[in-house]
Amino acid sequence: MFTHGEPTSEVCSLGHMNSNGNVVSATEVTRRYGEGEAAVDALRGVSLEVKLGELVAVMGPSGSGKSTLMHLLAALDKPTGGTVTIAGQDVGSLSDSDVTKLRREHIGFVFQFFNLLPMLNAEENIRLPLSIAGEKPEPEFFENLLKRVGLTDRRTHRPAELSGGQQQRVAIARALVSQPTVVFADEPTGNLDSKTGGEILELLRASAEELNQTMVMVTHDANAATIADRVLFLADGVIVEDLPRSSAGDIVAAMTRVSA
Amino acid sequence: MIRVALAGLLGRKLRTALTAFAVVLGVAMVSGTLVLTDSIDKAFNFIFTDVRKGSDVVVSGKSPFHITEGQGTFAPTIPQSLIAKVRALPDVALADGGVKSEATQLVDRNNKAIVFGGAPNLGFSIENGDSPFNPLKLVSGAWPHGNQIVIDESVAKKKHFAVGDTIGVQAEGPVQRLRISGIVKFGSAQSLGGATLAGFDLPTSQQLFGKNGRIDEIAVAAKPTVTDQQVLKEVRAILPPTAQVRLGSAQAREDAKQTNSFISFLRGFLLAFGGIALFVGSFVIANSLSITIAQRTRELATLRTLGASRRQVLTSIVIEALVMGTLASVTGLLAGLGLAKGLFKLFDAVGFTLPNSGIVFGTSTIVIALVAGIVVTLVASLRPALRATRVPPIAAVREGATLPESRFARFRTVGSGLTTLLGFASLAFGLFGPHLGTKGVLVYMGLGALLIFIGVALLSVRLIKPLAWTLGWPATRIGGAAGGLARDNARRNPQRTASTAAALMIGLALVTLVAVLAAGITTSFRGAVTKIWKNADYAITAQNNFTPIPPASANAAAKDPSVEAVGNVRTGDAGAYGKAFFATAVNPPAGTMFTLDWVQGSDRTMAELGADGAFTDKDYAKKHNLTIGSPIKLTFANGKQKTFKIKGIFDPPPGGSPFGKVTISQATWDRYNESPRNLYSFVRVRGGETPQNLRRLETVLAPYPNAKVATRQKFVDNQISGLNSILNILYVLLALSVIVSVFGIVNTLVLTVFERTREIGMLRAIGMTRRQVRRMIRHESVITALIGGVLGIVLGIVLGGLLVARVDFIQFSLPLVSLIIFALLTIVVGILAAIFPARRAARLNVLEALQYE
Repeated sequence: MFTHGEPTSEVCSLGHMNSNGNVVSATEVTRRYGEGEAAVDALRGVSLEVKLGELVAVMGPSGSGKSTLMHLLAALDKPTGGTVTIAGQDVGSLSDSDVTKLRREHIGFVFQFFNLLPMLNAEENIRLPLSIAGEKPEPEFFENLLKRVGLTDRRTHRPAELSGGQQQRVAIARALVSQPTVVFADEPTGNLDSKTGGEILELLRASAEELNQTMVMVTHDANAATIADRVLFLADGVIVEDLPRSSAGDIVAAMTRVSA
Repeated sequence: MIRVALAGLLGRKLRTALTAFAVVLGVAMVSGTLVLTDSIDKAFNFIFTDVRKGSDVVVSGKSPFHITEGQGTFAPTIPQSLIAKVRALPDVALADGGVKSEATQLVDRNNKAIVFGGAPNLGFSIENGDSPFNPLKLVSGAWPHGNQIVIDESVAKKKHFAVGDTIGVQAEGPVQRLRISGIVKFGSAQSLGGATLAGFDLPTSQQLFGKNGRIDEIAVAAKPTVTDQQVLKEVRAILPPTAQVRLGSAQAREDAKQTNSFISFLRGFLLAFGGIALFVGSFVIANSLSITIAQRTRELATLRTLGASRRQVLTSIVIEALVMGTLASVTGLLAGLGLAKGLFKLFDAVGFTLPNSGIVFGTSTIVIALVAGIVVTLVASLRPALRATRVPPIAAVREGATLPESRFARFRTVGSGLTTLLGFASLAFGLFGPHLGTKGVLVYMGLGALLIFIGVALLSVRLIKPLAWTLGWPATRIGGAAGGLARDNARRNPQRTASTAAALMIGLALVTLVAVLAAGITTSFRGAVTKIWKNADYAITAQNNFTPIPPASANAAAKDPSVEAVGNVRTGDAGAYGKAFFATAVNPPAGTMFTLDWVQGSDRTMAELGADGAFTDKDYAKKHNLTIGSPIKLTFANGKQKTFKIKGIFDPPPGGSPFGKVTISQATWDRYNESPRNLYSFVRVRGGETPQNLRRLETVLAPYPNAKVATRQKFVDNQISGLNSILNILYVLLALSVIVSVFGIVNTLVLTVFERTREIGMLRAIGMTRRQVRRMIRHESVITALIGGVLGIVLGIVLGGLLVARVDFIQFSLPLVSLIIFALLTIVVGILAAIFPARRAARLNVLEALQYE
């Protein structure tokens, strides 16, 4: 099960999970933007736990707070109330540099618009998070990762020389390279055609399973959500449904219920 | 479209301000220069008009050619008896005679000469303080009589002298102690620059200046009923051939001639630096506008889809530039006022005090500064504006659209190569072309340099990738991942990096050029002194190292028993073949002290010139076909002529010689020059160069505080120190264009950070710390600066080498230490330029940055 057990064993040994095996948790989290009359409550008390190796999809209509929730869980933002714990650390209490360190060590990102550096080639882009941390990937692991995302023969290509799908594969490899505690994917297929999107989803699912990689994916695409172990539905800043792994039909039905 | 343009400017206040600042500095320099030189001009005009204000006509000694002041020769004196004759004329109301001297050295309580830079030490007679001819006003005390002196206010203040104190004065003879009877000032000028003033009654002045029974000038006032012309005629009729008479106003103009040419030189000199700053500024503007337009591609395309024509897009960009240029020029114009005050202080600080009687802000200053600033901005905006017109409407709906390449893009390398070659051709023509004259040489050289800078700036696009790779290598070692990204970023948009670096390149090329020239001059001069100075131990020069001084000090040294010989080099103007030039004279001992390379003759020639012998240098001999035995007719400042025989022709070493075009014997020289002056004297002492001998000579020279004695080493250092002052002025002035280019770097970085917002957000999200972000920007800045620095230093060495090749008396010498300092300075420039953009980048909110479009 543990193809590359190092980070998880480190997490276990350092007690980054709570007793239930949760790597990310939120307790009564609220997030308010603005002040006074104009204030908007994007999240109004959300509690959730993401277990080790779990792939969670977060869904909801526009303005439901799903992006805000992801930003909080990924330590890109801090909650107005409640607590977010990532790998055992309370995000709200950390300084900017500690949060950066937390992200560097425990979090990987896959963005909708890939966000690759145009002047770096595929391999250099993938290695970037480790370079920033002043580290180098283990060669064998790195080769396996390249193989897994199918870029072995594209390693020296620059983003401009790659298709959208290939660029997103680079981005996924970049998220996995530091063997983070959790990978966040923000609409990973939002900028791809459906066929390529499907391939990317397969890659994500396979990576989650084979690497026992915990992932949180924000999406509004019911097909995308079918790869998740759990699908959370948000509406008006609260979680309204929590489905186990479901078919596209069930997810669409839930979406309709939520939006109504 | 005008409204769109204005809204665009307002919407990008920071960018507009940063870009505009590049123009502000250049315009400020131009307006500052004009204000400064107009102010000096006014101050001098006041002085010269004041001096002649009561004089309807002025009688003075007549010289056959225009005499360069302060170079050792003077117009002949006229007999004092002439005053009575002039007074006796029927239409003369009043006539006063006077003497003057440029070498009236005031001496402080410690027997030290009072000198402020290289300014003259003026002394003159005041026959009658209440006379309408007297331009001075008493601040306190009374006019001088007998052993009394009046001194000017600024010396009194700076050296704490008051009425009743005793002050030392030294002119032709040793120092004398006189009692201060009064403190004086010029009517209108607040400051005389560094010049000092001393006034005495006529007999005392005549004794001090060695002009007993003689006078320099007679000031004449006409009776109220007659015209000045009439008096002029009357006076002219009784004058001896050695005297002349002029209208007071004409004499004032004559007095001002040399000063005016100095002021116009200073104006041209300083304007050149303003021009350079503006030129650098134009690079900054062009680059900033290009980046802004690239970033506004979508906005411009949207305008096109809404029906705007290419012409309208062009107009909107040009209007933006016009508004920005106007605002910047007005700001620069006003800043120039402050800068003028700063320049006064700068010159003062390096010992070159300028006279001041209030700041002049003329209409011409306003017009020239505004036109220069606006035109430069408009020209610089042309290329980016034309590029903007090529934005296709479709770019409005495409993600990440880029500007199409110009139709001429494929000719760019060839074109820039040709521009560079043309530049070098023009420079070479200016340097080596035949008979161009100073102005022609400067024009071709300036044009050449301009084309070379533009050509290299365009060519450098090709060099950016390898240069950034090499110069960025240390960044990858020091800066880790951030350094590596910085290097990649610097190579990402070669066009942009090249333009940004080019601005700095220009400043550094000029700084390097100056350093190369200075090193060449210094080395050559040292070499020349080592070669020529053979058999002497000490040199006697003026306190300021260069002003010719009365021979009394050297004569005193010659009388000391420990001194074996004193060799003098007299200096001054003389004429031959219808032209005045710098001539010299030597005494026989000098022939035993110097060694020269002789084409004809030998070192003994210097000692054996006799009454009618002369020697000349190779070039002058060639020009006038002179050989041993050729006659040469010299005209002296007193109007007399004498024919000399050529006895030797020498080949001066690189670095020059102390000799003028023609050198005759000291004895003959002194017969034709009433107040001879020594440029240098060289002393040979029994026992050679020892501390005891040095002290002894200093004691012997104590009554002559205007002279100083120096060992050979010290002599060379003293001579070079003057060069260093000039060098420092040049560096300060060139720093201005470097500052402009710093703004260029800041601007590019700010725009780049803005453009890469989402990228920086991503980097922060995946774990880059704020410190690493700052480091990344800083290293990119340093790499860009270093590219400009390296290109500039190399170009500066090449240009300096060419210039040195042209000038015979300079040898090429590489100022390694200076170059290393410049390279380090470049790094500092990069670090400074990055402070603000790096802080902005580090402060970006990660979430907002990630969502930025």
